[in-house]
Amino acid sequence: MQFDQLLQYLLSGLSTGAIYALIGIGFSIIYNATGIINFAQGEFVMLGGMVTLLFLETGKLPLWAAIPCAVAVSTASGMLFERLAIRPLRQPTPINLVIITIGGSILIRGLAMLLWGKDTHAIPPFSGEEPLAVGGATILPQHLWILGVTLLIIAANKYYFYHTISGKAMRACAYNRRAAGLVGIDVRRMVLFSFIISSAMGSVAGIIVAPLTMTAYDVGIMLGLKGFCAAIIGGMSSGGATVVGGLVLGILESLGAGLISSGYKDAIAFIILLLLLFIRPQGLFGKAQSERV
Amino acid sequence: MLEVSGITQIFGGVTALEDVSFAIRKGDITGIIGPNGAGKTTLFNIISGIYTQTSGRVMLNSRDVTGLPPEKLAMLGMVRTFQNIELFGGMSVMENVMVGLHTRSSSGLMACSLRLPWSRKEEHRIRADARQWLEFTGISELADVTAGNLSFGKGRMLEIARALAVEPGIILMDEPAAGLNSQETLELARLIRRIRDLGITVVLVEHDMELVMDICDRIVVLNLGFKLAEGTPGEIQENHDVIAAYLGDDD
Repeated sequence: MQFDQLLQYLLSGLSTGAIYALIGIGFSIIYNATGIINFAQGEFVMLGGMVTLLFLETGKLPLWAAIPCAVAVSTASGMLFERLAIRPLRQPTPINLVIITIGGSILIRGLAMLLWGKDTHAIPPFSGEEPLAVGGATILPQHLWILGVTLLIIAANKYYFYHTISGKAMRACAYNRRAAGLVGIDVRRMVLFSFIISSAMGSVAGIIVAPLTMTAYDVGIMLGLKGFCAAIIGGMSSGGATVVGGLVLGILESLGAGLISSGYKDAIAFIILLLLLFIRPQGLFGKAQSERV
Repeated sequence: MLEVSGITQIFGGVTALEDVSFAIRKGDITGIIGPNGAGKTTLFNIISGIYTQTSGRVMLNSRDVTGLPPEKLAMLGMVRTFQNIELFGGMSVMENVMVGLHTRSSSGLMACSLRLPWSRKEEHRIRADARQWLEFTGISELADVTAGNLSFGKGRMLEIARALAVEPGIILMDEPAAGLNSQETLELARLIRRIRDLGITVVLVEHDMELVMDICDRIVVLNLGFKLAEGTPGEIQENHDVIAAYLGDDD
């Protein structure tokens, strides 16, 4: 096998991995604030792409304007989801909440199907389709967009959690919810915040990946599960470990698809997911008690 | 300052507290004592909004705060510490206190996260305030240590520093001397007096009689869910019912 080919797989693996990382961090943020796995996370990824399309085609907005509008709409729907589906629950046992998120995800997907039909749609790339040569491999400008935007979001995320009071308060909730309440942090408000942040991040992921992979009402399932897988590899950390988890997953998928068969692409993620859940449920890097921030 | 009246708590048929009433005066150090199982911690959990009592009322600054959740009580100026220290384990000592200051930060959460200019100034102020509380409790040299790595004694100081950062009018301490050695207990006694000197009312549940008799202005004695006695340390030491409850009746 040639080196160029390997490089090609690595590069495309990195950019899909970056998407998984963004989605995975969304899972972790909500998990850390609430203790639940939000299986509707993938639907906000789908909404990102589909709402962008709506603003582009129906709203006749240029791409640069459609994107922030789509992020705003998806974030608002994440907020609404928390308010209408999560908060009113009387006895919020984790299992109830998880079932609710699955139900919510089916509902959102169904509404999307009614609204946009079952067709696959494309969003134009952000800046041209001229491939760039990197070593012996080629990448599309969109790949660079994906990597750049992901880096930016991860940096912003890190800044928020470590250098702002609100971010610190959110981490405090993750570490000790009871103590957080005692120093006056409104834990429920932090839960709402976590939904806002992760739906915003999910929708951005959905938007930047849409020009490459196309988008449809049901892309959320697969992307959501891959993101979940990245978060599991990262031990539900909302920092570096999940990013590495996403990248590892992306690269393994791309290598597997290239070297074995593209038919196994999705299977690889789930094999990794199952193996991890069996062998190292605390994540690849986690000590038994990992820092879950 | 703080007034509880007619507090009754029944846990599935077991009466943990029955018709307990007392008032705590502003600026006092009040000790709540009693043999094991007297209901001290239950009472604390009710006052601090962790349990909801079966009946009875809690008034804070003549305002009915019965049933309010802990975060609301913190906003109203009442904080507490736990017997088994509750810290944000993965965050630094400094960050723990900064989180305590978050309630007092005037620019809202949104402004902080958007990094508006005044919130940057605010963060500086918060950091300086946090350092001041660390100095007050004598752990400022540990500011950058991860809270989870602190010794139990230092952890307790941090928990107190974080509670003080909320700028409370009243602080409830659940067995603050538990797990401390005698040197640390002495420091704790000094610290509690200095907290009172700041004008903060202190209420503590405590087993260490020497500490309680030493620092408290008033003492409330609970036994088997009832209030047995109330008074100054001198009065309590002379009280026959209290002596009987602690040493056992010689019937």
